[in-house]
Amino acid sequence: MVLKVLTGNYAVAEAVKLARVDVVAAYPITPQTSIVEKLAEYIESGELEAKMIRVESEHSALAAVFGAAIAGARAFTATSSQGLLYMHEWVHWVSRARIPVVMAIVTRAIGTPWNIWPDHADFLDQRDTGWIMSFAMDNQEVLDLTIQAFKISEDPRVYLPVMIGLEGFILGHTSMPVDVPDPDKVAEWLGPRRQPYVIDGSKPWALGSLAWPEETEEMFMDIQKAMEESKKVIVEVDEEYGRLFGRKYGGLIACHRCSDAKYHIVSMGAWSGDIIESIELLRNEGYPVGLIRIRYVRPFPDKEIYGIVSNSRAVIVFDRAISYGSMGPLYMDLVAGLTKYTRKLPYMRNIIAGIGGVNITYQDFYKLIKETIDSLEKGVEPPVFTWYHRRG
Amino acid sequence: MSHLPQAMRNTILPGEAACPGCPIPMALKVVGAAFNNKLVMVVPACCTSIVIGAYPGSAFNWSTVHVAFASAAAVASGIAEALEKRGIKDVQVVAWAGDGGTADIGMASLSGAAERNHNIIYIMYDNEAYMNTGIQRSSSTPKGAWTTTTPIMGKIEHKKDVARIMIAHGVPYVATASIAYPHDFYAKLKKAASIRGFKFIQLHSPCPVGWRFDPSLTVKVARLAIETGLWVLYEYYDGRLRLSGPSRPYLDKAKRKPVIEYLKLQGRFRKITDELVREIEKYVDELWEWIKKHM
Repeated sequence: MVLKVLTGNYAVAEAVKLARVDVVAAYPITPQTSIVEKLAEYIESGELEAKMIRVESEHSALAAVFGAAIAGARAFTATSSQGLLYMHEWVHWVSRARIPVVMAIVTRAIGTPWNIWPDHADFLDQRDTGWIMSFAMDNQEVLDLTIQAFKISEDPRVYLPVMIGLEGFILGHTSMPVDVPDPDKVAEWLGPRRQPYVIDGSKPWALGSLAWPEETEEMFMDIQKAMEESKKVIVEVDEEYGRLFGRKYGGLIACHRCSDAKYHIVSMGAWSGDIIESIELLRNEGYPVGLIRIRYVRPFPDKEIYGIVSNSRAVIVFDRAISYGSMGPLYMDLVAGLTKYTRKLPYMRNIIAGIGGVNITYQDFYKLIKETIDSLEKGVEPPVFTWYHRRG
Repeated sequence: MSHLPQAMRNTILPGEAACPGCPIPMALKVVGAAFNNKLVMVVPACCTSIVIGAYPGSAFNWSTVHVAFASAAAVASGIAEALEKRGIKDVQVVAWAGDGGTADIGMASLSGAAERNHNIIYIMYDNEAYMNTGIQRSSSTPKGAWTTTTPIMGKIEHKKDVARIMIAHGVPYVATASIAYPHDFYAKLKKAASIRGFKFIQLHSPCPVGWRFDPSLTVKVARLAIETGLWVLYEYYDGRLRLSGPSRPYLDKAKRKPVIEYLKLQGRFRKITDELVREIEKYVDELWEWIKKHM
């Protein structure tokens, strides 16, 4: 293992190199660009033996990745924001074809107005696409999740594409020390490319021909089954990776001081680090609060979270995206998911913040969490839905 | 090439779902024969998505991949690169798209793949409208033609010349072909396969349903397009245009049949005026001027 100082984007590129992909197809968009620039450098210098397709759009990026993947190649792409929306048609197509591919999403607000700062709107807009969706908290996790994405995607129990989310700039362009595992050890662990079928002319195949409603529905029911199966695979892969490379995160979720907490925060992404800081401050003041960090949005870890919050006095879900006219996507998924296990939900608050890249600090979290708990202790429930906004 | 009819036998299998008189199976038999079925065919949304037959069967005796409408050239790019990375050299990657999937929604991905010069053959089978969705106008519909989205006026604009756009890309091989001349089409496929890089063939494919003619007349209508000079068969490579055999006589304007003979067989031109016929004649003259200039 080697300790390198890497931006989140370079951590993605490093992981893709370690996965020894065969084909990269990508189109530039801020803040994803440094991933593809780095990969182009690896490929042109011969460090990575792969084909690079410098496509004319994101729509074609994922289309070309799909073509490469069905023809037997381990393939990768990365994008952000408008680029992800532009390729959305293909995001669905790839998962419905059950073809393993990996894509990094360096998150960025959706226009208009033009804005390059991060929130989770672009990423969470993909939640109905049938992709396994993971999200990192720091650059080490970016690298680890990206390597693991190939393993999970190519597992025969899964055979679904995987996307990894990381916030633009906050992780994408910020350097941190990253422990890079031994290349041969990674190659050995990942093994050769696995996929449910290969279309390379060796025998006649027809992929995607017109299917009747019942057949179509059965194919889509299989995606739901594979999503359920993938929960086991994600945990297994996390444990195996931990044994081999020394880092284990906890599978679908990661917990910080959950076990003895009476109040639980739920979050996703880099600002979870700020939440952990605020929790430390609150713990020093005697507040029994812990963090459940969502590492995988799809499959959604409702059972895992239920196991922790079933006796919780209150749950606060911080969402960095909103379904306009409704609430935050993580909150909606969690409330809906918990009803599979209980009819008695704890008080659950949804706070929307950081939209359009508004900077939210540990002090904001400290204030919001403390206010909520203080109010509840006095017997007053704060509004369930709050959009927290501040300037400066 | 004299074995073409025999070579076509095991290409399209029983069970294809084409309309009577459809030019698609006629043309695909030639494609299968040219590559001995050793091909991966990428098909965006178009009539061929249906002609192949329903899941889980396939009437095509080769590998077919159905893809999103705008993406035939992009997916073919990815397949070609993967096969190259894997060292597979005896399989031809073919994008097979209609005029809508090529001249309209697929234009950007076609242009991108051509510029990157991937080793693929892109065939635009040109039936001059969105036939699969019910005869809507495309940019490849000729002027004056009735479609369901030009129901009263007919199309006001001339046909977009995609082959010329591809020549402007500087790709190693561009050709036009017609379903009425399978040997010519076959020879062009063979020629294309012998050249590395991006190859483009625009195949004129009269559609009895959309053009409103009797299904028995498909080949006759296609041949009249050549004989009137309205559709010209050529190859363009090494910086020069070569007129193909079937079109050679019509370099001499006197040998061309009047365009009205082609137009009158088709219900889509039923309301055409004398003025419009004259304009189409002018269009033919200009087309041939361009041909002569580039020979």
